[in-house]
Amino acid sequence: MATAEMPPGTRPPAGLPLEPEMHPLVQNEHTLVSVGEALGSVVLTRKHPKGWWIGFLAGFAMLQILGIAVTWLFYMGVGIWGINVPVAWGFAIVNFVWWIGIGHAGTLISAILLLLHQKWRTSINRFSEAMTIFAVMCAGLFPLLHMGRPWFFYWLYPFPNVAGVWPQFRSPLTWDVFAVTTYFTVSLVFWYIGLIPDLASLRDAAQKRWQRIVYGVLALGWRGSAIHWRRYEKVYLILAGISTPLVLSVHTVVSFDFAVSIVPLWHATIFPPFFVAGAIFSGFAMVVALVIPVRKWYGLQDFFTDHHLDVCGKVMLATGMLVCYGYFSEFWMGWYGHSLYEWGTTIERMFGRYGWSYWCLLFCNLVVPQLLWSRKVRRSESWLLIISVFILIGMWFERYVIVITLSREYVPAAWGQYSPTLWDYATMIGSLGLFFTLFFLFIRYLPMISITEMRELLPRKQGGGGGHSLMENAP
Amino acid sequence: MNPHVTTPAIPGILPGGHETHSEPAAPVVYGLLAEFATSDDLVAATQKAKAAGYNHMDTFSPYPVGEAADALGYTKSEMGPVMFIGGLTGACSGFLMEYWCNTYGYPLNVGGRPYFSWPSFIPITFEMMVLTTALTGLFALIALCGLPRLNHPLFNSKAFDRATKDRFFLCIEAEDPKYQADPVATLAFVKDLHSLSVEEVME
Repeated sequence: MATAEMPPGTRPPAGLPLEPEMHPLVQNEHTLVSVGEALGSVVLTRKHPKGWWIGFLAGFAMLQILGIAVTWLFYMGVGIWGINVPVAWGFAIVNFVWWIGIGHAGTLISAILLLLHQKWRTSINRFSEAMTIFAVMCAGLFPLLHMGRPWFFYWLYPFPNVAGVWPQFRSPLTWDVFAVTTYFTVSLVFWYIGLIPDLASLRDAAQKRWQRIVYGVLALGWRGSAIHWRRYEKVYLILAGISTPLVLSVHTVVSFDFAVSIVPLWHATIFPPFFVAGAIFSGFAMVVALVIPVRKWYGLQDFFTDHHLDVCGKVMLATGMLVCYGYFSEFWMGWYGHSLYEWGTTIERMFGRYGWSYWCLLFCNLVVPQLLWSRKVRRSESWLLIISVFILIGMWFERYVIVITLSREYVPAAWGQYSPTLWDYATMIGSLGLFFTLFFLFIRYLPMISITEMRELLPRKQGGGGGHSLMENAP
Repeated sequence: MNPHVTTPAIPGILPGGHETHSEPAAPVVYGLLAEFATSDDLVAATQKAKAAGYNHMDTFSPYPVGEAADALGYTKSEMGPVMFIGGLTGACSGFLMEYWCNTYGYPLNVGGRPYFSWPSFIPITFEMMVLTTALTGLFALIALCGLPRLNHPLFNSKAFDRATKDRFFLCIEAEDPKYQADPVATLAFVKDLHSLSVEEVME
């Protein structure tokens, strides 16, 4: 290979790609200008397709349900939910874990795949980072609402107060507060720093005055100076470097909320990796479920290519198998551990009152994803869409199955049952509404694919950086 | 910008609309802006200008061009140490906060564990490290780049709009001593760089 003979630090001459590209990541002969127009016009000039209106209005309608559910909750208190003493968290924690797991794929795509030089991440990273931020918002909603008096949320943080009370830092719930807050803040910082050059690009391309003002202010006066770029790339690289352990730590801490207890089948060392794999599994499913309609509405198949869907399908298959290993391990430990309670809970989980949810989960997460072995399925939009919706449902049931374990533990006197109420469902659907509303506003007002990074990805003969990725420039 | 530098415009090459001889103060030049079609041209021109002895200059491009920063002499950014210090500060203060809260502020006996049970303080120490590293990075980036700065002399140039689109620019600033010594020779030098256009940008 020609690149191997060159001294380090020099770029190959124009026309020679850095590495043999098996799949072009940008289809058709795009140039710097056409990339900017294809991606910027979605925000600046183009009329919004019917699909956008349908998606946005559906999301907005569901958001109203959230408004009603939360208002009633504030008036009546958490008693309107189905939570009770054995199952004290109920839907609130199921939805919290589900949403935060969805968020994790965004960070995986933007940070971990950047470090691994996976250049196909470039077109979906902005999109999935936005998904992360909105999913973490939805996730954060549930513990806050579950607190009963959410207006005292700041009691979670250490601050000097007249009562002289400070948080108890040996509890995973306290860790969770810090983990989720940090995760949200860092995701936002990462997303915004990535957006700055694109906002400057929009500012300079905008025709309307309000667009120039709004994007101009948000771009902070970015000029694309080489010195600024060098700092920018270094910050971006370090953020990717610290977001990688961060995303693993966040879901690890979430799993500690369960695993540090002594509840049978919760108290397991498999929980952190099992949770992280499940998070990525469901997050990729959400990315795929969003990319497929959006690329169709906006005609962005040049950037979200079939190759991208193919790779996402493979990631879902791999993480799905990891998750299923987790299910197997839980079963195995229950049997091999010879603990009456562990085994009893396993049997209860499979064949007890809520057994249907366990089989539902296995069908969605173990059986359906097997279709992804087929390349034809991975390249078919409709199949992928169906499979990813199944995975999203399956991963929701996984958390439901875990949480419902509380209905049967050691002492029969503590047994109980759980059934969600209308308000549980209303809050859950409402959180979907919040997510979709924010997401559709995002694709309308901000570039959903990084213009800068796509320009960098273009081959050098088309004016781009020849697939140079950010970190290669950041000493 | 150095406030003492008040380089008068070179007669004859003012862009349209700037020939305002009737104004009391003569327009002050910010720099000479040369436009290039490719990043390779930009890098070559920057290296040439550096070799010719110009130091106060900057390049602008729609995506990062590492060689241009190298040619400017800015081979390594300062963000690494800055963010490291930020992260270290966050980690230490996070750990100390937990230590103080659970040992002195509100000591609570949980299952007979020591008040200073440091292993359980590690997750928050880590989260605080990540949080402060990221925030330090964001604010240091903005501050060191002199942003937010919504008005900049370069934005007076119409051609400069394409710096975020498809053009690559080299700007030799008027405060450069070599420019100060001989603005006309500098203009001739810049015109000789095979650029698409050369423009004198006013303050």
